[in-house]
Amino acid sequence: MSEKGTIKVKTGLAEMLKGGVIMDVTTPEQAKIAEEAGACAVMALERVPADIRAAGGVARMADPTIVKRIMETVTIPVMAKARIGHFVEARILEELGADYIDESEVLTPADEDYHIDKKDFKVPFVCGARNLGEALRRIGEGAAMIRTKGEPGTGNIVEAVRHMRKVMSEIRKIQNMPKDELMTAAKEMQAPYELVLQVKELGKLPVVNFAAGGIATPADAALMMQLGSDGVFVGSGIFKSNNPAVRAKAIVAAVTHYNEPKILAEISTDLGEAMPGLEISSIEPHERMQERGW
Amino acid sequence: MKVGILALQGAFREHKKAIENLGHTALEIRLPEHLEGIDGLIIPGGESTTIGKLMVEYSLLEPIRELGQQGKPIMGTCAGAVLLAKNIDGSDQPRLGLMDIAVIRNGFGRQVDSFEEDLEIDALGDQPFKAVFIRAPYITDVSPQVGILSKIDDTRIVLVRQGSFLACAFHPELTDDSRIHQYFFNMIEEIKNKF
Repeated sequence: MSEKGTIKVKTGLAEMLKGGVIMDVTTPEQAKIAEEAGACAVMALERVPADIRAAGGVARMADPTIVKRIMETVTIPVMAKARIGHFVEARILEELGADYIDESEVLTPADEDYHIDKKDFKVPFVCGARNLGEALRRIGEGAAMIRTKGEPGTGNIVEAVRHMRKVMSEIRKIQNMPKDELMTAAKEMQAPYELVLQVKELGKLPVVNFAAGGIATPADAALMMQLGSDGVFVGSGIFKSNNPAVRAKAIVAAVTHYNEPKILAEISTDLGEAMPGLEISSIEPHERMQERGW
Repeated sequence: MKVGILALQGAFREHKKAIENLGHTALEIRLPEHLEGIDGLIIPGGESTTIGKLMVEYSLLEPIRELGQQGKPIMGTCAGAVLLAKNIDGSDQPRLGLMDIAVIRNGFGRQVDSFEEDLEIDALGDQPFKAVFIRAPYITDVSPQVGILSKIDDTRIVLVRQGSFLACAFHPELTDDSRIHQYFFNMIEEIKNKF
């Protein structure tokens, strides 16, 4: 008897993506460049986060045509974004056959109180988090993969670093905590108790954890790997740079060889201009995407 | 026993755990010099196109192919099985091509069609093996030198052995059942004793 959509199968795909780079793409041509560069998956979008930020207004799920055309072009997994809480967008993406859904703060949230009940879907979900409590709440709702939120579309790594360090240090704290203090820790983090127990036992999140939100260079990607990421998402960093094919390939190599300074020095050379960056303090607090969702 | 795991991309950590749980030493292989002194090699699941490109880029394809041709045991799971195959349906991606098998990538469909299934594998005993298939390939054709160890629906081949090579369409590293890894270690022992 074969069983589909099990938690093993959902988290399993994320396990296969580890040590890889997931790239935002908006056209089949970009998807092809990403695949050729060695991306382990692509995220099909109408606009990359930097352009969403610049355009303002309401950002929604991409037109199904874009997702479908990208699915037809590449053989690697294709992910797509739904708005936080917008379970109908998620149903549409599931129907289209997207391989993973990102319930993403990059799009304008559809619900300010409730995230999608992700256990109700056959397709797996990835969600953003800034700390351990947020990651465990999303996993509690059925997310099969977590990524740091960072601050998307900025080309500024500082928020991704902050979020990854936060998650990792909170995991270490839980690991060292005696069992009788865990319920209080769960209460303070607003996290499901059973998942806190799992973190103590495993010494890591129960699902794969990628970095996202601000990665623009191979060095940024390797930094996130050294801080404990299982892989990276690159949004605007590739197709907003002036030589996407070369940069994409270099970031893929940086994630594999993140601990080899000699190789990192080689691949960081002659990449052309990185995307223009944004200072976080120049973004009004209410315009920061990481504040979306809870 | 020292077993190498190709650690360019994918689920190499899980294989490492499986190797260590059975009391052997696991070595991560990222560069050609890491291949020295291993008794066998595992190529993990992941994205076969990504792993293949990185093998070319970091000069691992030729040395691993040579090791295989010299008789060093190699097991490939999912993407690893694709990389071992001579024929990959509709693709010219880089590969080792050490096994006389033809595979079809994502043969069972996209992620929503990924599944778990209890497989009958005589070589592992009576107990069925809970196999996890994730955007998995299957083997469509084999030469007479290849032994078929398990199939789904009599048509889709999912586990084969050819001499010192083992190709597995699913992910034994994602479950606690260590019989496939044990089978591979027995292959390594058997081949070692021959020399």
